[in-house]
Amino acid sequence: MSEKSGVFSGIKIAAFCWAVVGPLTMKYFADYGATVIRVETSKRPCTMRISAPYKDGKPGLDRSGYFNHFSANIFSLALNMDHPGALEVAKRLVAEADVVMENFTPGVMEKWGLGYEELKKVKPDIIMLRQSGFGSWGPYAQQPAFGMILAAMAGLPNFIGWPDRGPLPIGVSAYTDCISPRFASAALIAALDYRNKTGKGQLLDLSQFETALYFTMPAILEYISSGREPSRIGNSHPYAVPHGVYPCKGDDRWCTIAVFNDEQWANLCKVIGQTEYIDNPRFNTLLNRKKQEDEINELISGWSINLIPEEVMTKMQAAGVPAGVVKNAADIYDDPQLRQRNLFWSLPHPDMGLFTHLGQAFELSKTPAQAYMPSPRLGEHTEYVCTRILGMTDQEFVDLISTGVFE
Amino acid sequence: MLNSCRALDLTDENGFLCGKILADLGVDVVKIERPGGDPSRRTGPFWADIPHPEKSLYWFAYNSNKRGITLNIETADGKGILKELVKTADFIIESFPPGFMDNLGLGYSTLSSIKQGIILTSITPFGQGGPYKNYQTSDIVTMGMSGILYQTGDFDRPPVHMSMPQACLHAGADAAVGTMIAYYHREMTGEGQQIDVSMQQSTAYFLANAIPLWELSGLVLKRAGAFRWSVNSTQRQVWQCKDGYVFFFMVGGRAGAKTFHELVNWMDSEGMANEYLRALDWENLDMFNVTQDVVGQISRPIEEFFLSHTKQEIAQGAVARQISICPLSSMEDLLHDTQLEARNFWAEIEHPELNAKITYPREFVKSSEKVCATRFRAPLIGEHNEEIYSEIGLSKQDLAVLKQAGII
Repeated sequence: MSEKSGVFSGIKIAAFCWAVVGPLTMKYFADYGATVIRVETSKRPCTMRISAPYKDGKPGLDRSGYFNHFSANIFSLALNMDHPGALEVAKRLVAEADVVMENFTPGVMEKWGLGYEELKKVKPDIIMLRQSGFGSWGPYAQQPAFGMILAAMAGLPNFIGWPDRGPLPIGVSAYTDCISPRFASAALIAALDYRNKTGKGQLLDLSQFETALYFTMPAILEYISSGREPSRIGNSHPYAVPHGVYPCKGDDRWCTIAVFNDEQWANLCKVIGQTEYIDNPRFNTLLNRKKQEDEINELISGWSINLIPEEVMTKMQAAGVPAGVVKNAADIYDDPQLRQRNLFWSLPHPDMGLFTHLGQAFELSKTPAQAYMPSPRLGEHTEYVCTRILGMTDQEFVDLISTGVFE
Repeated sequence: MLNSCRALDLTDENGFLCGKILADLGVDVVKIERPGGDPSRRTGPFWADIPHPEKSLYWFAYNSNKRGITLNIETADGKGILKELVKTADFIIESFPPGFMDNLGLGYSTLSSIKQGIILTSITPFGQGGPYKNYQTSDIVTMGMSGILYQTGDFDRPPVHMSMPQACLHAGADAAVGTMIAYYHREMTGEGQQIDVSMQQSTAYFLANAIPLWELSGLVLKRAGAFRWSVNSTQRQVWQCKDGYVFFFMVGGRAGAKTFHELVNWMDSEGMANEYLRALDWENLDMFNVTQDVVGQISRPIEEFFLSHTKQEIAQGAVARQISICPLSSMEDLLHDTQLEARNFWAEIEHPELNAKITYPREFVKSSEKVCATRFRAPLIGEHNEEIYSEIGLSKQDLAVLKQAGII
């Protein structure tokens, strides 16, 4: 195993991370060549390693589909931080690292002797990236936080649901888990560049709650301006009719359609074979269509229910009308567009077999993300990291194994 | 941190967040709009509910810390001016349909011949290539194509869309990461490149365990309304309380046991726990395979407990006991949130022409080296024309000519 090539080749990241926010942040670096070393222990395995679904339904730390989907390209160092010998190994790792990232509840790193001040003593220009649920300080700092809970805290469910019913969670649980890693990664790359130019490291502190508020910001400004709280409007839209999710042929199959102007309306009427609606005075303007929204939705549903969603989408798109299949996980898995763009990497994994790992988020024309290796088994790279990166002798490593520090 | 960099931001609402993140990190972001203002300025809500291109709160939200100029890049003069500006820039961010820049003679190869090492970040609904590249879309369509919409909504009704557009934000934030990776590469090697960001892909990037669940178990995750769908049960996530809703997510095993223990103790202290809850082996509770009967036994007393308290009481009690329960925040709650206050999260930014100060998030990251704060409001239409065009040698007279010709 030689050093990875790529944009971040040579950059070493010690990752004291868990759950989803950690891996997604690591991934933006590991996929572009950084050596990202995840510190983990079988004594307190990451919640993702003990999350279903498992390969063949059999639980096991290396068999979780959830964990293995998100952890390609990561090195795993088994190190039990509660073991008395662990701190010394961890400090040797920090001494070799450019970055320490963590997303535990604030206080955990300090408890282990790995707070920012301690890290600086070991590596003066270290960059420490912290991203807990609520940030490293403040009255809620110690409150455990999951993405689904944080989405509610950030007010996102206020925008989801029907006028006659209560607010709903976003269907992808832990929704905010993908928000903070993007803000954090952009800031971390800026900090690496800043260090390269000034020699100075730094502490970066993010709160998953705070970054999620960037996804509600216009509504917060609306409240400040008008005092109006968001209301639940189902699938309708302030200035588009029709705008909704329409039933299609098949079991729980749906297609979206969104019409923003007269031309799209006329084209939609032609596609559904109802050209008399184009100039009908009850439907010919946006304001009129807004008044007849229910009738229009019924009209479209009566047409779409006889077609599979792919047919609705292609017929509407051929006529220039925004429309799309409401894709479920199976559809996403086979989506020709996403497959072409390498959203997924199929990699052989010792426990999972040929397994779909999350691939690249976007395409860089000259330095694309690379699939270097499948998700790690717990502790798979302990020997490699200790002997090749930390420079331990074989004897030193063997002696340490016997202490149980690598469990 | 990136104070020596400049970005030209040609995006519409699909790409605003990318430039906003770069601007907060110190990049001099110059928003380039068509003369008369970008059509996205028609996006509501509006200040004081007055639809006006200088009052779009959507525009305000994602364009603070950017300066603004007007330019019609579809004219010969406009193209020439843009090329001059490109010489001063490190990044160009755009969200035109695929091929639009190429057709104007402003594609990546041209831009990189003008400025070596230039980084071009393109944000589109589906990407620059592939079978969907020319598809028409809007947020509901993109959210549907990304897998999130299918899983959201009540099981007895169609999937329901989140009315606050999201796909553009996932893509915008991803674009900022991609731009920074390309920047790091350029600083190491001098080589620029193009970044192709797809709103569908950035949104589908995180579907939690839906993809492995399909691959390993052949199960398609369905929408479950206020509940979480699992193999043998549905588990309530949204709970009514006295004056609103709280979110509480039953997590099994050791990760969730602490929360359950604390919650039961809290309920017990008010005489609202029962023997079943007190005796349950939370450490070994497997929420993935748990039966509906067990879920019901756990849920009923918790439902009663929440209904007897306000969301503020529950929030305060949860913080004191370090339990993972959160209220569904209203916008007002957020503006008065004690955690956000303690972290000095909100910033008042002057809008002199509205005779108002508006509250914005101050910064998404707290850096021990550099302040990454929102410093000034979004630009007015053409606000910095003189300032920026004078840099590339255009005189006031030139600007007067260009303005009359509809070029700036």
